[in-house]
Amino acid sequence: MYAFDIERPSTIADAVKALKDEDAQALGGGQTLIPTLKQRLAMPSALISLTGIGEMKGVCLADDGAVCIGGATTHATVAKEAAAHYPGLAGLAANIGDPAVRNRGTVGGSLANNDPSACYPAAALGSGATIITNTREIAADDYFQGMFETALEEGEVITEVRFPVPEKSHYQKFVQPASRFALVGVFVAKYADGVRVAVTGASENGVFRWSEAEAALSADFSAAALEGLTVSAGEMIADLHGSPEYRAHLVKVMTGRAVTAVA
Amino acid sequence: MPKDGGIGASTTRREDVRFLTGKGKYTADINVFGQAAAIFVRSTVANGVIKSIDTSAAESMPGVLAVFTGEDFVDVGGNPAGWLINSRDGEPMKEPKRPVLAHGKVRHVGDAYAAVIAETEQQARDAAEEIIADIEELPAVINMADALAGDNYVHDEIGTNQCFDWGWIEDNRAATDEAIKNAPHVTTLELVNNRLVPNAMEPRASIGTYDAAGDSYLLQTTSQNPHLTRLLISAFVLGIPENKLTVIAPDVGGGFGSKIYHYGEEALVLAASKKVGRPVKWVADRTEAFLSDAHGRDHVTKIELACEKDGTFIAFRSETLANVGAYLSNFSTATPTFLHGTLMAGNYTVPNVYVNVKTVFTNTAPVDAYRGAGRPEATYSLERVIDMAARELGMDPVELRRKNFIKADQFPFASAAGLEYDSGDYDALMDKMEAMIDRKAFEERRNASEAKGMLRGLGINAYVEACGIAPSNLVGVLGSRVGLYDAATVRVNATGNLSVMVGAHSHGQGHETVFPQIVADMLGIDPGSVDIVHGDTSKIPFGMGTYGSRSLAVCGSAMVRATEKIIAKAKKIAAHMLEASADDVDFTDGQFTVKGTDKSVSFGEVALKAYIPHNYPLEDIEPGLEETAFYDPANFTYPSGAYACEVEVDPETGKVTVERFMACDDFGNVMNPMIVSGQVHGGVVQGIGQALLENTTYDENGQLLSASYMDYVMPRADDLPFIAVDHDGGTPCTHNPLGAKGCGEGGAIGSPPTVVNAVIDALQSGGKNVTHIDMPLTPSRVWAAMNNA
Ligand SMILES: Cc1cc2nc3c(=O)[nH]c(=O)nc-3n(C[C@H](O)[C@H](O)[C@H](O)COP(=O)(O)OP(=O)(O)OC[C@H]3O[C@@H](n4cnc5c(N)ncnc54)[C@H](O)[C@@H]3O)c2cc1C
Repeated sequence: MYAFDIERPSTIADAVKALKDEDAQALGGGQTLIPTLKQRLAMPSALISLTGIGEMKGVCLADDGAVCIGGATTHATVAKEAAAHYPGLAGLAANIGDPAVRNRGTVGGSLANNDPSACYPAAALGSGATIITNTREIAADDYFQGMFETALEEGEVITEVRFPVPEKSHYQKFVQPASRFALVGVFVAKYADGVRVAVTGASENGVFRWSEAEAALSADFSAAALEGLTVSAGEMIADLHGSPEYRAHLVKVMTGRAVTAVA
Repeated sequence: MPKDGGIGASTTRREDVRFLTGKGKYTADINVFGQAAAIFVRSTVANGVIKSIDTSAAESMPGVLAVFTGEDFVDVGGNPAGWLINSRDGEPMKEPKRPVLAHGKVRHVGDAYAAVIAETEQQARDAAEEIIADIEELPAVINMADALAGDNYVHDEIGTNQCFDWGWIEDNRAATDEAIKNAPHVTTLELVNNRLVPNAMEPRASIGTYDAAGDSYLLQTTSQNPHLTRLLISAFVLGIPENKLTVIAPDVGGGFGSKIYHYGEEALVLAASKKVGRPVKWVADRTEAFLSDAHGRDHVTKIELACEKDGTFIAFRSETLANVGAYLSNFSTATPTFLHGTLMAGNYTVPNVYVNVKTVFTNTAPVDAYRGAGRPEATYSLERVIDMAARELGMDPVELRRKNFIKADQFPFASAAGLEYDSGDYDALMDKMEAMIDRKAFEERRNASEAKGMLRGLGINAYVEACGIAPSNLVGVLGSRVGLYDAATVRVNATGNLSVMVGAHSHGQGHETVFPQIVADMLGIDPGSVDIVHGDTSKIPFGMGTYGSRSLAVCGSAMVRATEKIIAKAKKIAAHMLEASADDVDFTDGQFTVKGTDKSVSFGEVALKAYIPHNYPLEDIEPGLEETAFYDPANFTYPSGAYACEVEVDPETGKVTVERFMACDDFGNVMNPMIVSGQVHGGVVQGIGQALLENTTYDENGQLLSASYMDYVMPRADDLPFIAVDHDGGTPCTHNPLGAKGCGEGGAIGSPPTVVNAVIDALQSGGKNVTHIDMPLTPSRVWAAMNNA
């Protein structure tokens, strides 16, 4: 680790101001950033901790029924407080990492980082969530731009994420056995106007929607509806845990299992 | 019934009080006044020529006290190989120098070529980044077959990547070839015994302290055998006289083999301390552990089993390429040879065995003994090919093994691979295992799994291993450059309690609990009044440390011999006190009694007399009560076992779940059944890890892709079933006073083939024509095998 300063603002405004400093960086739960610093792979002059900002924490319901989660809310809080409103989302949060990770890591940190194997991106894209920052609102469909790439600007802070609540939903995760991130994770959400299917862990391009499955499941919300579909291995990740073909295969299996879990 | 806390009692581990309450004192916990920090600069390329190293910027960084490179150690020795192996043609093995810091060339990713000593670790790290090394990257040699075929040498000066080409037993080669040629059935299997990273919970750490006043050195280090480390540093590497070097291995958080060896970092902190005049401390981080600890296994083997149509074994023949990595680590030449080839007759009466092993240098981390060391490789080859043969012959895998087992009344048995097994009862173990697994009900369990859409398989296995290493005479013939006895000093204090100084080193095994159980049992006293001293060369007699499941069988035996000497002397003192002849004095339950009388004195009274020798026959008996014994066994010990496991395979994803696991072992007499169970549990977990999870992967450039826990899969509790163990009623070892065989490695030896056999059984039951998958059987590999079949 290189030496750095740390600031703990208590308002979004103060945090945004502190982040104007070129080498300052936002700190959520630190579950990704701190290991990066320990390996000396980043050298911020100051870390601006967001976890002391009250207005960025907690779970509530919007007038339209959407579940609103503060950007600095931990996975453990989401697992607990969203359970009654959005069980598919709460279930996803409950299976991220281990208790220590869930009690530190935040939804904002996860979405800002956009690890291609992370779970939250699947929920956000699968729910058609809105990512709210200190300056604007970004639709999930516009937000994810490839591995570790997002629509966020330098110094922009995710203050809240708004998830429309589906009729039925489920996240099916096949874990990468070492990291226990998703080797392939599929979030399926059935809304009145159709089904969304978002896949994480599999693609070189990060989280993506499997539109053929969405169409098939919108017509018939059952695993059998997937039967004729295939997933191309073309842009799937190859690593020591699985070949592109294996990941492509798992996308279909996990999608089927997600549907079966709630159909 | 065991005596209270005596031999055979499941006494809880006294050391756990400190381990579980965070009071253990590991090397990293030790802070010495005035200490400086060392940081190593390691190669990021697998093979490269060091053109130049400019340390000037680093030297002028804040807090920097010294910078070392390989140049500073050209005049000192190298870290030697402990076993000399000769090739089949009689040529001695190739032994390129393993320097303290890489010089001329870097040979694997993680090879240290410089070190920075600074006031703080942070400053040392900052300065390390300012070292400018011009290293010209060369193509790396990673794959063993490529290494043997090409002319890109890891060590240019030896002009080959082959360390040796060994035959065992060379005189049996022709007969074995002939037997296989004429055999009615031959099963052939090519397999990989996957490379493992030991991953002790505590990374390596060392503190070197030079005392100018006495011109002496102290090394506090993470070692499984401090005396060997001292010997290697003194006699081979730095030439510090042994009397001027103390090595202390305090609490050590696991080793699994990786801390048997001496490493360059230990020599460096000693040399650095002398240069900077301060104690120098180094603590590895986890990445360094992955890159620079000696790894384990890494064999590629072709094994053939020849048999009659009725399954009677005629011959085993194997050809193995064994990776030694970039340098020879201390035991690396013994592991694939005498700890592997000699076991290639397994539990069987097979008349012909021939083993060929070529060891190969590659641009990877050194490979050496890891829990089981050679015997897991032997057992895996044998028990996989036997399972395959059973399938080909249409025989039950248990029956095929039983048909060829050495029978209980055939011991001692001279195996076709050159060892004499002293005792065992393999059929009894198999009986026990079959009852434990409830084999009759397996089909019901299989049906229940299939009803859930899962494939269920049953895997079984038998093993025998050679441990308690070992007889010096035998290992000397086999090429060992050291003896493998052990030693203990039993010191009775004046007030009747005891300090026992042992050559074995406990780094998780529970010696602090078990050794006192034995001494107390022999003396008829409370185990609480006996304490063990270990790990400090200035306090303990010269012993050879802990590995190869040798602590109890070898060091424990030394301790028994020393305690016998104590009893003999105490008897003489008691006889004097009781005014009787020593021959008339009995010793039971801590009391010396004149036969046929009620005249007696207690052990404590005798101890006091020995140290306050008033009215004492000084002309006949020395005062004091302290005895040392060195013990060198007559043979290895031969633990054996029968294992079973049941797995479920998800046919859609290839994921394997171990549902049940049974380990029936024969460890001879068991001193503390609870601790032995723990040893088996740990070994089985590591074996399941090897079979299903641990996937050490270098890419073609020699980058270690699995260099962190994000990619290297350590077995976790939820990867594991309940592990049922049974080690009651073993056949005692016939040649050591405790009748004990080693128990530290059986679990890791017996479990990998058990798991793989079970997975193959599951796939076959599902109609998949899969006969073998190389470990680790990750979901993707199992899925690929199912879908190519
Ligand atoms: C052992 C372990 C297991 C894990 N397992 C999983 C898993 O199974 N599934 C999974 O999805 N994840 C997993 N994670 C990751 C975890 O979910 C982290 O919480 C997440 O990656 C980052 O969140 P954080 O709050 O810790 O962010 P930090 O590490 O603090 O920050 C990450 C990045 O996001 C930026 N950032 C943080 N907060 C904000 C914000 N509000 N607005 C804008 N930028 C921000 C930071 O500047 C930094 O660049 C695991 C992590 C660990 C250590």
